[in-house]
Amino acid sequence: MTTPNADAGDAGEPVSVLMGSCPLPLTNYKEIVLAHGSGGKLSQELIQKIVLPQFRNDLLDPLHDGAVFSVGDTRLAFSTDSYVVSPIFFPGGDIGKLAVHGTVNDLAMCGARPLYLSVGFILEEGLPMDDFWRVVKSMREAADAAGVTLVTGDTKVVDRGKADKIFITTSGIGVVPKGVNIHPKRVQPGDQIILSGDIATHGIAIMSVREGLEFETEIASDTAPLNGLVEAIFATGKDVHVLRDPTRGGISSALSEISQSAGVGMLLEEARIPISEEVKGACEILGLDPLYVANEGKLLAIVPADAAAAVLAVMRTHPLGRDATIIGEVTADHAGFVLMKTRIGGTRVVDMLSGEQLPRIC
Amino acid sequence: MKYLDEYRDEALAGKIVAEIRHTVTRPWVLMEVCGGQTHTIVKYGIDQLLPDKVELVHGPGCPVCVTSLEMIDKAHAIARRPEVIFCSFGDMLRVPGSEADLLVLKSRGADVRVVYSPMDCLKIARANPDKKVVFFAIGFETTAPGNAMAAWQARRQGIKNFSMLVSHVLVPPAIASILQSPLNRVQGFLGPGHVCTVVGYEEYEPLAERYHVPIVVTGFEPLDLLEGVLMTVRQLEAGTYEVQNQYPRVVKREGNRVARDLVNKVFEVCDRKWRGVGLIPKSGYKLRDEFGDHDAEQLFEVGEIDTAEPAICISGLVLQGVKKPHDCPAFGTLCTPQHPLGATMVSAEGACAAYYAYGRHLQCEKKALAPV
Amino acid sequence: MCLAIPGKLIEISENPEGVRMGKANFGGIVKQVCLEYTPEVNIGDYVLVHVGFALSKVDEDVAAQTYQMLEEMEQLAELDDPEAPDESPASSGVS
Repeated sequence: MTTPNADAGDAGEPVSVLMGSCPLPLTNYKEIVLAHGSGGKLSQELIQKIVLPQFRNDLLDPLHDGAVFSVGDTRLAFSTDSYVVSPIFFPGGDIGKLAVHGTVNDLAMCGARPLYLSVGFILEEGLPMDDFWRVVKSMREAADAAGVTLVTGDTKVVDRGKADKIFITTSGIGVVPKGVNIHPKRVQPGDQIILSGDIATHGIAIMSVREGLEFETEIASDTAPLNGLVEAIFATGKDVHVLRDPTRGGISSALSEISQSAGVGMLLEEARIPISEEVKGACEILGLDPLYVANEGKLLAIVPADAAAAVLAVMRTHPLGRDATIIGEVTADHAGFVLMKTRIGGTRVVDMLSGEQLPRIC
Repeated sequence: MKYLDEYRDEALAGKIVAEIRHTVTRPWVLMEVCGGQTHTIVKYGIDQLLPDKVELVHGPGCPVCVTSLEMIDKAHAIARRPEVIFCSFGDMLRVPGSEADLLVLKSRGADVRVVYSPMDCLKIARANPDKKVVFFAIGFETTAPGNAMAAWQARRQGIKNFSMLVSHVLVPPAIASILQSPLNRVQGFLGPGHVCTVVGYEEYEPLAERYHVPIVVTGFEPLDLLEGVLMTVRQLEAGTYEVQNQYPRVVKREGNRVARDLVNKVFEVCDRKWRGVGLIPKSGYKLRDEFGDHDAEQLFEVGEIDTAEPAICISGLVLQGVKKPHDCPAFGTLCTPQHPLGATMVSAEGACAAYYAYGRHLQCEKKALAPV
Repeated sequence: MCLAIPGKLIEISENPEGVRMGKANFGGIVKQVCLEYTPEVNIGDYVLVHVGFALSKVDEDVAAQTYQMLEEMEQLAELDDPEAPDESPASSGVS
């Protein structure tokens, strides 16, 4: 006989039921499971329960994409990210390109101009040299295109079977210009939520080459460096409250996190969220909700209402922001929750991803 | 996307809702049978748009939720074996057994793979001749043709290292069981549109007749569900109890003959235990004897599995439409998708998971949606 | 349950094992489907696909007729009920 773990706080009274049966709860994971890495609630829990208590400090606690701090008169941003994507080559990119863009984007989301990157490689014994060469070359091209320089790195090799071909960790440093002040606490009711383009492309591109879920149509990942687009936004001189690239967990997880951090509510409009026909088709077939699928070349910008038009206009002149659109706004109501007006006029809550989103047949 | 987008039209949805309001004069309790229909209802906020007099309760049409604990434990026992590649639809990966779920087993080294189609397993079997490929064949009648074809082709093509662990369930006995229960409040049904695409809806006519309940075979898009509700309440107001077809663009009364034929060649009806509900006679499919070589239950001796199910969650009552997810004290607190207590919370289209995913555990939603 | 999506059939063939297969286009995504259960379909038809199997042909005439009936129904509702409904809607735009 077991009782549910009272982890969550108030243990409900035992329910007397006429019938009904239930498995034992898996409330305490004794091991890391894949869902801990999917960027949703379990990932958050892992960080909150295990990592954060050890390392509490003012710079870490906000849990942004990067940390911003001053050295003398200069404000710097510092960020790190690891890449374990499989397959390592996919339509539109590869793990190397992703690793460069990922850290460049994390820095850009702090409002920084990315300058220098480091890279750590963990290579599996048996990885074809050709593949490694392709990845490195791709990183070079990506760094050049983003205007950043790789200045230091490290390489390790592990036994066959101890890593999935190649794992990459990149860290980066950038400079935050004066006048730029990105922080979820700055988000205010009335702010407009701008999305730079169509969603769910990267996640679907990855899934499309995974075994058993192949499509005959090629959907290419949208992976891209967003620092140019961010600079264009800042060049308007308008105030920007938050920037976020909705990677793992999709736009729902990103916006839910911001809304909880900022203590505000959000209201989105489903009909305004752009998605390409093919990506939509793929999501329909697999039963996936595109709001939760990863993006790697898109950003969310939360700006004051009077700045929205100018920011939107400038984004649309940039190749990575052509389809930029306002998808909703920040509200004082339902603080901490993101609601969405559905296509048919109903309302639903948009919550964070709970675990891995898996294709379904039901 | 054609035949999807137009069934999500806001203006038409509004008009159907207005017509429903215009029609109902007293309270009615309707049940949508399929988990996929529940999913649409909650995802689009359909039940909030309906007048208060129309109450939707959610049925047991979630094959993932109702797969018995014994069967899940058998699946896990087989998946643990080093010589096995265990293939499953994504839905089953996080359903808890007595000890773990398939994802946890995968993290411990089991070869567990997600497949989109049962035919993908045959490819895997051919590519891995030294392994035993086992496919977890769950589903309602909709999935039976696909699962049947895998078994049929395996035998036809002599793919000896492929077998299936079958846990099919059938809808009509479940509806009968609900209607026979003294706790039943359901007065009309939105029938399972895709199940009926395969088997047709002849078997629902005796049910409607015997229990005097209208059954409207309904599709899965918002306009389908709204129209299904409209047709059902019209019958209820008129006191009729016929089987109607809201989904004629794909459903015919006799269903798909070719599919039914092959399903009957491969499977036969058997008794089945439904998780949370109990044994329902003649409510499942199992492989026929001639497919014994591909029957994982026979091939893998996993022993008698003793399962103890503490009566903590009320998923059984939820599955029968007697309770709603938010009637459960554990809902949203002890029981969440990250830490599910029952299958209705783990399965993406179990009522509890659907409610949770679309925020029904959040007090804010009630406030936000209150009439201004 | 039973996620099934309509797609347009763009190719019909037989695989090396003699199984009737095809390719369907779902809003631009092309995927293989098994056509053993829909021997009557032709290229250009829409099929309803579940776990990689076409389970039924979408009857386009019936779809058009029933959709039209829906569209026409709305006018009746407006005629009968020009005022706002007696219950305030649970949600029609949250703000």
